[in-house]
Amino acid sequence: MIGSPRVRRRVRAERPRRGGAPLALLVPGLIGLVFLVLPLIGLLIRAPWSDLGSQLGSTEVREALKLSLFTATAATGIVLVLGVPLAWLLARTDFPGRRLVRALVTLPLVLPPVVGGVALLLVLGRRGIVGEWLDDTFGYTLPFTTTGVIVAEAFVAMPFLVISVEGALRAADPRYEEAAATLGASRWTAFRRVTLPLIAPGVAAGAVLAWARALGEFGATITFAGNFPGKTQTMPLAVYLALETDPEAAIVLSLVLLAVSVLILAGLRERWMTTS
Amino acid sequence: MGAIGTVRAGRAIMATLLAGAMVTLAACGGDDDGKKDEKATKAAPQTPGSTPAADTKPLKGTVTVFAAASLTETFTALGKQFEAAHPGVTVKFNYGGSSALAASINQGAPADVFASADEKNMKLVTDGKSADGTPTAFAKNTLQIAVAPGNPKNVKSLADLKQDGLKVAQCAPQVPCGAAAKTALDAGGVKFTPSTLEQDVKAALTKLTLGEVDAALVYRTDVKAAGAKVVGVDFPESAQAVNTYPIVPLAKAPNADAAKAFVAFVLAEPGRTALTAAGFQAP
Repeated sequence: MIGSPRVRRRVRAERPRRGGAPLALLVPGLIGLVFLVLPLIGLLIRAPWSDLGSQLGSTEVREALKLSLFTATAATGIVLVLGVPLAWLLARTDFPGRRLVRALVTLPLVLPPVVGGVALLLVLGRRGIVGEWLDDTFGYTLPFTTTGVIVAEAFVAMPFLVISVEGALRAADPRYEEAAATLGASRWTAFRRVTLPLIAPGVAAGAVLAWARALGEFGATITFAGNFPGKTQTMPLAVYLALETDPEAAIVLSLVLLAVSVLILAGLRERWMTTS
Repeated sequence: MGAIGTVRAGRAIMATLLAGAMVTLAACGGDDDGKKDEKATKAAPQTPGSTPAADTKPLKGTVTVFAAASLTETFTALGKQFEAAHPGVTVKFNYGGSSALAASINQGAPADVFASADEKNMKLVTDGKSADGTPTAFAKNTLQIAVAPGNPKNVKSLADLKQDGLKVAQCAPQVPCGAAAKTALDAGGVKFTPSTLEQDVKAALTKLTLGEVDAALVYRTDVKAAGAKVVGVDFPESAQAVNTYPIVPLAKAPNADAAKAFVAFVLAEPGRTALTAAGFQAP
């Protein structure tokens, strides 16, 4: 079953190399590269290397980093649990208004995160449609809590996973699932045993994107969850507020975020991108 | 999965990363809404070279004023009056936490005037050689505890903020209202953990008007500006934390003449009346 895609892949991989790049592509391409890389170099040049150790050791940095890693991971967990089934519904079922639902799902991608934060407040805030009920019934409020940060991050990150997984599902050959069905597998079993392994790379890619997006979340978090060190102050919030009083601390915080991103990408490369 | 999984994952990641990158670009544009100075930067004036003939040249172009968030209502009204008095001029405002404004001015944001809510953040600008001349104090402000109408949690004093389960919004310590709050709390020996440390005074007040917190430590002028939406509670410790507001034209002002005229406008009569009406005290 797995043999045929492997053969196809080999054939595609051995495309003939063509001549040098045309100038019309080379020049803007290189400018684009410089544009992307230069700010990162600037960060490295201006970094206060001499007192990097003391800056990194400060409780503020450690608290923010710990909180960021925890919330981004938790948000990715939520996104996986809810997003993969949602992507499956979008890719494999047909219901009226499916295209509208799909558009709504992708909306947080283009929505300014601050607007997302306001929307979350109006629904999950203490006076929000759902939030008021939560407060009255359980005495529980989301804003200003670490859970609130996770909710905000999951909200902005989910579309990345849904889009990625839905794409993988559409690209996956449905005949495998059909074959499983003819062999007596229920749709759930087929999803679990056939579809999920097939789209695992797409799920992984989507999860990485969602995690990265959650890690960098700023607007929705500061609007919905507020800002308090150790509780809701994630790295991006700490960077933003540090920039006003202590630019060096802001640079150090940014470096840490940069290092985390590079580590993640490098780790993924090791795992998934090295081919023989 | 083996080799297939490997290759396919690589491609999937690359493809999604590319697609994601484009979208993220758009999303990041949204992030900037948090940093209000971005907009002002874009809206910054391309100074139409003011006529070199030095006599009674009429002011023209745009004057960009970076002002503390607590000045929002007063300065917006003053800006309209200034435009009426100088028909060729458009006044653009960028309101925010004084510390954020000071930082962006020192980073080269093309502003003409800076009005800070305390002297500490003004000093950042003068130390950064970004001010044109010496700043002049134009107002004083003190804190109040803002609560919902009717004061449902019965907050009567600073110490009442320690109540169990009471949610309080405060400004971040680097913002003038946060610094003042800290001074007042220290003076009263009151210690409690606020729910959030907001980046400017209006953000703190908004958390109250949205009903997310029960009280907010803000300026009395903000309470007044919010009208019937909130009530202010006075507390004696506020006398220990009086903020002085300085204003200065900026050294790299794209529209230096209009900058000086606007500062004079705030310091002189139209400004005085408007500031007093808003609840500011004379410096």
